[in-house]
Amino acid sequence: MAEVLVYVDHVDGAVRKPTLELLTLARRIGEPVAVALGAGAADTAATLAEHGAARVLTHDAAEYADYLVVPKVDALQAAYEAVSPAAVLVPSSAEGKEIAARLALRIGSGIITDAVDLEASDEGPVATQSVFAASFTTKSRIAKGAPVITVKPNSAAVEAAPAAGAVEALAVSFSEKATGTKITGRTPRESTGRPELTEAAIVVSGGRGVGGAENFAIVEALADSLGAAVGASRAAVDAGWYPHSSQVGQTGKSVSPQLYIASGISGAIQHRAGMQTSKTIVAINKDAEAPIFDLVDYGVVGDLFDVVPQLTEEVKARKG
Amino acid sequence: MSLRIVVTVKYVPDATGDRHFADDLTVDRDDVDGLLSELDEYAVEQALQIAENADDAEITVLTIGPEEAKDALRKALSMGADKAIHVEDDDLHGTDAIGTSLVLAKAIEKAGYDLVISGMASTDGTMGVVPALVAERLGVPQVTLLSEVSVEGGPDGTVKGRRDGDIASEQLQASLPAVVSVTDQSGEARYPSFKGIMAAKKKPVTSWDLDDLDIEAEEVGLEGAYTVVDSATERPARTAGTIVKDEGEGGKQLAEFLAGQKFI
Ligand SMILES: Cc1cc2nc3c(=O)[nH]c(=O)nc-3n(C[C@H](O)[C@H](O)[C@H](O)COP(=O)(O)OP(=O)(O)OC[C@H]3O[C@@H](n4cnc5c(N)ncnc54)[C@H](O)[C@@H]3O)c2cc1C
Ligand SMILES: Nc1ncnc2c1ncn2[C@@H]1O[C@H](COP(=O)(O)O)[C@@H](O)[C@H]1O
Repeated sequence: MAEVLVYVDHVDGAVRKPTLELLTLARRIGEPVAVALGAGAADTAATLAEHGAARVLTHDAAEYADYLVVPKVDALQAAYEAVSPAAVLVPSSAEGKEIAARLALRIGSGIITDAVDLEASDEGPVATQSVFAASFTTKSRIAKGAPVITVKPNSAAVEAAPAAGAVEALAVSFSEKATGTKITGRTPRESTGRPELTEAAIVVSGGRGVGGAENFAIVEALADSLGAAVGASRAAVDAGWYPHSSQVGQTGKSVSPQLYIASGISGAIQHRAGMQTSKTIVAINKDAEAPIFDLVDYGVVGDLFDVVPQLTEEVKARKG
Repeated sequence: MSLRIVVTVKYVPDATGDRHFADDLTVDRDDVDGLLSELDEYAVEQALQIAENADDAEITVLTIGPEEAKDALRKALSMGADKAIHVEDDDLHGTDAIGTSLVLAKAIEKAGYDLVISGMASTDGTMGVVPALVAERLGVPQVTLLSEVSVEGGPDGTVKGRRDGDIASEQLQASLPAVVSVTDQSGEARYPSFKGIMAAKKKPVTSWDLDDLDIEAEEVGLEGAYTVVDSATERPARTAGTIVKDEGEGGKQLAEFLAGQKFI
């Protein structure tokens, strides 16, 4: 069976969920061969094997942490040359897209970014994408070379599919360009203890209507009662009420949870671009004319300072 | 020596308009009003700030696009850029990211550069890969997705910046020449002044076609594309949901709905 390279996104050996979703999609096209780089690369093998990786190619070097993007491109290219895969799948993070694009250029292939689904066909993998702020769905293929495709989080279910997961050392020699952009400092993002925004099953977001940084406690309390991640509109982020890493929308994160709750958000096109593909959408807004109500499965026209705390209490009561 | 900055800007259909596809499944650029991609305004702004802090600098704005794309150049010139290059050729219709990066790289080389500044993503394609591709083609460092950027030491100097990632915020540094891209967190873009708008009318706009850049028609356009769009379907409008007015029980009604959907 044809092999499919899967680029592994992990933090010190802990595999992030979107990579496991990629393994599900990769198995539709062929046999997954995972590529894990950097500190803890070999520690990823057990999890990857459980989810269908036949082989796990690993390599660690200081370059991955010390220089931007290019060392990873060199390594993925080495894996590509060693395996000659039928396709290369990469998680659609900012970095993932850059790595994938540079690889595609080097190997003479095309690149599709932000796929939300993937199917096999006689003409190679067919990728589904959501475009124009999710108002259109397109199906695309790569016409030349081995398809390089980046896939958004929450695009497939994580499935157990035990495979060998044999760990093999990948031989990598870095190009001269690998050390072009030095990473001179790194400040890790503080963990909130809540689910990762792009991976969460439920997202509760607040916008300008929340009215201040301290009021976000109301949004957080609802999120915590539901085990949800917290998001924010750009207006709330620009006002300094919530960190940019939580921004939902065109220039923030794009989320596709089972349930999205928008409170005090009007629903501008750039916000919709990041949440329109959510399965169920709920909004609380005091303006009955707000465009967000065009999207909702359930909407409450009212003051979020009344509705949200009441909802939180009710959720807590029902959960016991 | 003057610091030569090239800013790549895209002319895109207005996101608040009714964007759609043409019959050949390329982005329809005729029926919807176009404008300078808002995310590229941030690139122009950072170029202006870097130039203001340099001893001597010159900013060229570069676009690939149809005749109307000149509007995007004009806007960037009225913000304060010095000159513009418009790459236009009928054979460019339908060019994908790989092809766009080829044309941009050739044009940037022909123009001469020390620093390329791009936006984080175009507001129509939203791929966010063109700057990385251009860096790969030019063989220079990519210092991308910066929410803060500065240049020290002129054309032979260094570029520094902060990249706010998913897991960490990173400080980056590279020697020039380099390709930079900036996010919408890098600082509000200025509005063109009346004086700026008047001055822009006299600034030079150079036009190049594929011949000028030694690019064959087969390398670009729909024919040269590495990707094929098989279909584009309008997403069915979400079916109208239930909307209730809060009369004191809104939170409870919402909870009832969520329980019915098995979220609680
Ligand atoms: C290039 C570009 C990129 C952008 N990217 C993004 C992005 O990634 N994400 C994003 O979100 N935006 C983005 N925007 C901005 C976007 O256009 C909107 O300005 C923004 O989404 C508005 O945020 P908001 O809905 O919170 O604020 P507003 O539009 O001001 O809406 C606030 C809403 O809260 C309601 N409200 C007020 N008080 C209460 C109350 N007490 N109870 C209930 N409801 C209340 C109001 O009725 C109103 O509908 C972008 C814009 C541009 C140009
Ligand atoms: N046709 C174009 N002309 C000039 N610059 C472009 C063009 N397409 C993309 N770019 C640049 O590349 C950036 C990222 O675009 P993209 O990868 O298409 O999302 C944009 O913000 C622009 O700076």
